[in-house]
Amino acid sequence: MKHSITLNVNGEEWDVDVAPNDTLLEVLRERVGIKSPKVGCERGDCGACTVILDGKTVRSCLVLAVEADGSGVLTVEGLSKEGPNELQQAFIDRNSFQCGFCAPGVVLAVSELLATNTSPTEDEVKEAIAGNLCRCTGYTPIVEAVMDVVEKDRT
Amino acid sequence: MPIAHEFDYVKPGTIEEAIGILAEHGDGAQILAGGTDVVAQLRDDAITPEIVVDIKGIDGLGDIRLAGDRLFIGPLVTFTDVIESELIRESFPLFHEMAVKVASKGIRNRATVVGNICSAVPSCDAGPVLLVYDAQVLLLGPEGERTVPIDEWFVGPKKTDLRQCELVVGLEISSSARAFGGSYVKLGRYRGEDLAQASVAVLVSPDYEYRVAFGAVGPTPVRARELEAEIRNEEPSDEMLETARKAIPRETSPITDIRATAEYRAHMLEVMLERGIRAAVARLNGGGPEYGTRHI
Repeated sequence: MKHSITLNVNGEEWDVDVAPNDTLLEVLRERVGIKSPKVGCERGDCGACTVILDGKTVRSCLVLAVEADGSGVLTVEGLSKEGPNELQQAFIDRNSFQCGFCAPGVVLAVSELLATNTSPTEDEVKEAIAGNLCRCTGYTPIVEAVMDVVEKDRT
Repeated sequence: MPIAHEFDYVKPGTIEEAIGILAEHGDGAQILAGGTDVVAQLRDDAITPEIVVDIKGIDGLGDIRLAGDRLFIGPLVTFTDVIESELIRESFPLFHEMAVKVASKGIRNRATVVGNICSAVPSCDAGPVLLVYDAQVLLLGPEGERTVPIDEWFVGPKKTDLRQCELVVGLEISSSARAFGGSYVKLGRYRGEDLAQASVAVLVSPDYEYRVAFGAVGPTPVRARELEAEIRNEEPSDEMLETARKAIPRETSPITDIRATAEYRAHMLEVMLERGIRAAVARLNGGGPEYGTRHI
């Protein structure tokens, strides 16, 4: 049986009919057309499908779309409506991504951290992104970019 | 890969309604809370329910509160909720120490403590800690309420004492544990999503009564009662720690699997138990590392 659900995706209201076995990831990518959440491991290990659901990062591959009825979803498209935000720009400046597959998830994980902790330590940054696997960078440039933003905001 | 299995979805607004749906569908119903295990199992066809019953619409199930002399934890309480709870950090800090070591933020935001013990994998982080806290599992079913001591809850890998049509409506922990020192030592391959290769929970009372439990080194998380008896009323010393280490093989049965060999697990348990006991006792006496530290 189809369920009619409402999602607020990056500030836009969407009404979609979903089957109970449609995941939030599939609905975002295939129906809403938001392609930044990536299909990775599909079991919660890699973090590539990370989105911010009602203020908290979740694995959109492990959330049924129907569960998200009435919720707000934020993806990197929502962060960069006016061009890259400060955090995204820092990632560009530090060349923090190579293939880019993990990037949206990493940016959202860090955004969640910075929303509640404006001056995290390097360890807190590493903990925040511990569930977002990157196979290219070795993480060093990612952490450096985040610390750039943290230090800039501190001064 | 999409989820191939087709099922109905329902989101009841009350516990009674949920129990009614469970009673109607029996085996065919699957309860859904955080979904971090359930959705992965649906994708793997490891479970094939007729109907998924989402309990997130029921009020009050996300509570963390003191009820008389007991701490109540509702079935919708996530690991993030535990970490952010002042009450838990202040009065049940071992619970806090366990929660910060679970998977990663994106999982902790969604995964529930009750779901963790309902999935009941041998490496579940909540298991050993609830065992040393002597937690009670509160259940409701068509026949009424039932309470199961956590010690009797785990009956095999991924198997619990949950009966058909029953819903876990909460966990309770006695406040007497407030004065105890504790530690949770988790061995994993990396920070992030990894499940425990082995885990040790220790709780020690002011008169040196120890409670010790192990995870990921047997078919279920297990309370080590013989070991506890052998070190009762003793402060940590080389001799006491030797006694404790020697008791480990009688309490555990580690296997070799994708995450570690049996030999490695057995060896590391000795190291982890010693560190766990020392940290718990140091904390009992007002010192020791801050709760949340990794120990290993």
